[in-house]
Amino acid sequence: MQREARSREFYALTIFFALFVVFLYGPLSAILILSFQGPNGGLTFPLNGVSFRWFANLLETQAVGDFGGSFRRSLALGLMVTTTTVVVSLLAGLAFRRRFVGATALFYLAVASLVVPSIIISLGIGVVFQQMGLQPAWYSSALGAHLTWTLPFGVLIMFAVFNRFSPAYEEAARDLGASSWQTFRHVLLPIIAPSLIGVGLFGFTLSYDEFARTLLAAGTYNTLPLEIYAMTTNVTTPVLYALGTVTTAFSFLVILATLLLILRLNRRRLKG
Amino acid sequence: MATLASSHTDTADSAQARAGRRFPAALIAYLQAAPLALILCSFLLLPILMIGTVSFWDYDFAAMYPDFVTFNYTETLGSWVTWKTYLNTLKFAFLVWGITLFIGFWVAYFLAFHVRSSAMQMVLFLVCTVPFLTSNIIRMISWIPVLGRNGLINSALLNAGVVSEPVEWLLYSDFAVVLAMVHLYTLFMVTPIFNTLMRIDKTLIEAARDAGASSWQTLLNVVLPLAKPGMAIGTIFVVTLVMADFSTVQVMSGGQSASVALMMKNQMSLLQYPAAAANAVILLALVLLMVAGILRIVDIRKEL
Repeated sequence: MQREARSREFYALTIFFALFVVFLYGPLSAILILSFQGPNGGLTFPLNGVSFRWFANLLETQAVGDFGGSFRRSLALGLMVTTTTVVVSLLAGLAFRRRFVGATALFYLAVASLVVPSIIISLGIGVVFQQMGLQPAWYSSALGAHLTWTLPFGVLIMFAVFNRFSPAYEEAARDLGASSWQTFRHVLLPIIAPSLIGVGLFGFTLSYDEFARTLLAAGTYNTLPLEIYAMTTNVTTPVLYALGTVTTAFSFLVILATLLLILRLNRRRLKG
Repeated sequence: MATLASSHTDTADSAQARAGRRFPAALIAYLQAAPLALILCSFLLLPILMIGTVSFWDYDFAAMYPDFVTFNYTETLGSWVTWKTYLNTLKFAFLVWGITLFIGFWVAYFLAFHVRSSAMQMVLFLVCTVPFLTSNIIRMISWIPVLGRNGLINSALLNAGVVSEPVEWLLYSDFAVVLAMVHLYTLFMVTPIFNTLMRIDKTLIEAARDAGASSWQTLLNVVLPLAKPGMAIGTIFVVTLVMADFSTVQVMSGGQSASVALMMKNQMSLLQYPAAAANAVILLALVLLMVAGILRIVDIRKEL
């Protein structure tokens, strides 16, 4: 863009952006610091000493909540949602490249899935399962509920990717005698791999943190966000912050690992 | 004419022969679209149809009874509390929309037009995105030690001598609800606007400047009109998220404020599913109307 000296507008906007970042991360760091609260400390500043007491507390059996179990369930559910989202979005993205009857209807159904209030989906799935005599569970009804949130993102991302995707690569492969499977496996898939990993990251993080849709659909055993949501009303010790710090750190780790993976894939592609 | 027609069928035949070695092309598209259609039909369409049905059912404290009664609607729409709750929800939607649009536009504008290297652009964009990928509830409760009676802001104000008593309306108030929602949802505004701004041809900006426009005029007459589709998509996200919100309202208002979804949630916890269903139908109709209105301005498929 312009190469001349920075304008006043630039400095004003830089300050605005910096304030925005502080606004985004400031409260999170308050939780991070307070989770190291001393044994006698409360939910607010000041720190009454520094300890790992509340983290240790997480590992003990609790009067409220079962963190280990709910974490394992959320992890398993997140992985199921990720896999399904990546595969189904990729297939749908491929389908939308051709014209077929109902394509527009299906596209708008996916958009509708994004705008329908989450609590309505939760209520609907809960009632459907009840009327069909099925027991709601995190691996069935909650899985479906999460997919109504992650799939539209996946489909929209794939839609955008294929909008920009030149068919020339595939035509070249076919002209060289590649079968349609070979074209898909060795030409298309490597090119869109970073986007697919991005879709997977979205799928996992959206599912791992989702609770509005899970509310009536989780069945007997809670997922981690439901556990935390229940805690906000009846826990008055910094153990809540310790849990927040741990799950947020886990989310950051997942995001970081995924970004590094995407970066590596891109670098390898540039080399090759 | 005849030769033209025959050559046409020839190419069509050979294309079909090539594709038809295994499956006809159309069938492949249907097979690829089937999983998405199946999942959305069973976990989105069917539940919504079920809610529509149940909203006409009778119920008592123990169960629902298939019936065709309209009192779930008349009770909901006839209640003064419902109207107040809807107004309150719309108030939140409007406030949060206005604030996120303002913040979202300037953040996206800064990223798209003032950050020079694309690597830096990506890094700063990721800095904005990462919190969005972490837990909403954690981000919500992280305001409690900041805004609370003994929180950071109050202690700072007290120490500075600005106030003599802690400010009470910071937490558990409508202010806290709006603040937390802005915190949670601004990114949904930043991303679509950033996306449209990045697609603006930079020569347009240069042309405006060469024609003597000040940077303010360029912003107002070139950038802003071209950013409208992104703003519309961001608006859809923010408005639907706020209209559906119950947790932020519950946690941040400390039970002192209400929203439609929170009202539904309370009905659900009392097992009054038909009443909640009637509310759901009304809320859904309202949200879809708002989205349809916004979609008249923008074609999403073109913006992706």
